[in-house]
Amino acid sequence: MSNWLPRSAAGRRWLGLAPSYFVIGIFMLVPMVIMGVFSFLEPNPYGGVKPIGSLDAYVKLFFEYDLEDNLVFNPGYINIIFRSFQLSLGATLLCLIFGFPVAYFITLQPANRRNFYIYLVTIPFWTNLLIRTFAWIIILGRGGVIETPLLAMGIIEDSLRMMYTDGAIAIGLTYSYLPLMVLPIYASLEKLDFRLLEAASDLYANRFEVMTKVVIPLCKPGIIAGCLLVFIPCLGAFIAPNLLGGGKKLMLGSLVQFQFASARNWPFGAALSMLLLSAVVITLIFYARAAKKRAVLEGSA
Amino acid sequence: MTVHINKPATGNKAKRILPVGHYRGLGAWTVFFFIFLYLPIVVLIFYSFNANRMVMNWGGFGIDWYIKAFQNDDIQKAVWNSLIVATVATVFATAIATIGALVLARGGNFRGKTVSLGLITLPLMVPEIVTAVAVLIFFSAIGMNWGLGNVIIAHITFCIPFAFMPIRARLEGMDTSLEQAARDLYASEWETFRFVTAPLLMPGIVAGSMLSFVISMDDFIITLMVGGAGSTTLPVYIYSMIRRGLTPEINAVSTVLLFFSVAIVTAYWIVSNKSQTKTVH
Repeated sequence: MSNWLPRSAAGRRWLGLAPSYFVIGIFMLVPMVIMGVFSFLEPNPYGGVKPIGSLDAYVKLFFEYDLEDNLVFNPGYINIIFRSFQLSLGATLLCLIFGFPVAYFITLQPANRRNFYIYLVTIPFWTNLLIRTFAWIIILGRGGVIETPLLAMGIIEDSLRMMYTDGAIAIGLTYSYLPLMVLPIYASLEKLDFRLLEAASDLYANRFEVMTKVVIPLCKPGIIAGCLLVFIPCLGAFIAPNLLGGGKKLMLGSLVQFQFASARNWPFGAALSMLLLSAVVITLIFYARAAKKRAVLEGSA
Repeated sequence: MTVHINKPATGNKAKRILPVGHYRGLGAWTVFFFIFLYLPIVVLIFYSFNANRMVMNWGGFGIDWYIKAFQNDDIQKAVWNSLIVATVATVFATAIATIGALVLARGGNFRGKTVSLGLITLPLMVPEIVTAVAVLIFFSAIGMNWGLGNVIIAHITFCIPFAFMPIRARLEGMDTSLEQAARDLYASEWETFRFVTAPLLMPGIVAGSMLSFVISMDDFIITLMVGGAGSTTLPVYIYSMIRRGLTPEINAVSTVLLFFSVAIVTAYWIVSNKSQTKTVH
């Protein structure tokens, strides 16, 4: 068996990694490069592209042509992009406020019970996102779980119209990615030395100061990782804006899908994807830099 | 669910009042958190037993919609497609991830290690919609139209990191002295791998393939974009049902899929917890 394997360690390494490189390289990296190229081509009205170079897809982000073929500023798409960032930031903040105390609570539990709590946190994450978002339609919708009892008791007289609002999308996004906030925060809190908290307390720090000056700074890496893990998928979310925003309150992700499914403007869809991708890359670079800085600081301390 | 109000952790100075590091309301907040996390799932399951035609108008208890869903030919076809895609994608992704993990965990430090790690975990970093668009454009650019084959290839790609992570974690947690001992006792490289490394690694491989299977079964966006008319998987079919009108049939199908995922993840949890305790011995 081992006879036909390459002799050298390097040869074996590359043989072992070759399938991963092949699959992810060909079916992920190359497609992303082609997508970048497509964003600089002209659209074919029936889907696909014409092999003619053009910057139209990127111009379309800011401008549109009026009846006399003049370029005029069109804030429509910018607004959608802006709203995507707003909603993603909002959902990330909600996840943090909601998730941090829970991660902290789990850390305080005895070791054997902690695992079970983490299991409970992860279960929804592994179940189908589409189904879980659909459930929110039943909860928030007209005649749904929230409205019906309120109507019956006469507290409200008309539908609350909670669906198809930014609020509904924010709830859906928060719900979708909440476990991704709790897990990394828990991972860093778990390593926290609780004697430090007592030391702080002995040195006359009050409860609030123990939290803000000891616990939070020490689990900052976990908080940052959690925020990234929530923020990035929120930015590209498709299901929540589509089902809870009713397809009218678009976000970047649903706008991209729309370009391929209905509008048939592939270059514009590709350009939007490139925009989304660059936002992610920039966020990750910031994260890597912050992590490096922290490593340097900790190394010198 | 009962949440026990925390007693002071062992070893802490036992004070009568709330000990340092404990805060009032944490338990209540956690209860609220879990209600928020599980309420939609409970609502979904509850309404799947609605006998009415409309999801939100309660018309009495009934399992009619389960029967209807099971008899629906389109759903049966979608389930088959989902199972085929998930099985094939899992087999390939797990195999690729296993040899990749063996190299990265046992190959020492070499140039390109970080890059390789980055490449394997790339599908986790890129937003799903971007992957979906890129793969769609790629298949159309090279004119590849294999129906379900296209979907399977896309699934293999994004399943690799999910299979990779537990396998690598297992390899790094494993004691290498057993492998060294086998080599010292004149086992060939292949024998060492076959009789020492592979059996020890098995829980990691099982865990990785389970995660990959669940991820593939649940994927929606990439399948929606890449799949053609004949390659509808269950989540894509559920989406089309939601668009057509909300009947409890959606809830019934969703509940079945939900229990399926929970069963696999629970099995994964048990396997990985067992393997952890084994390592301690």
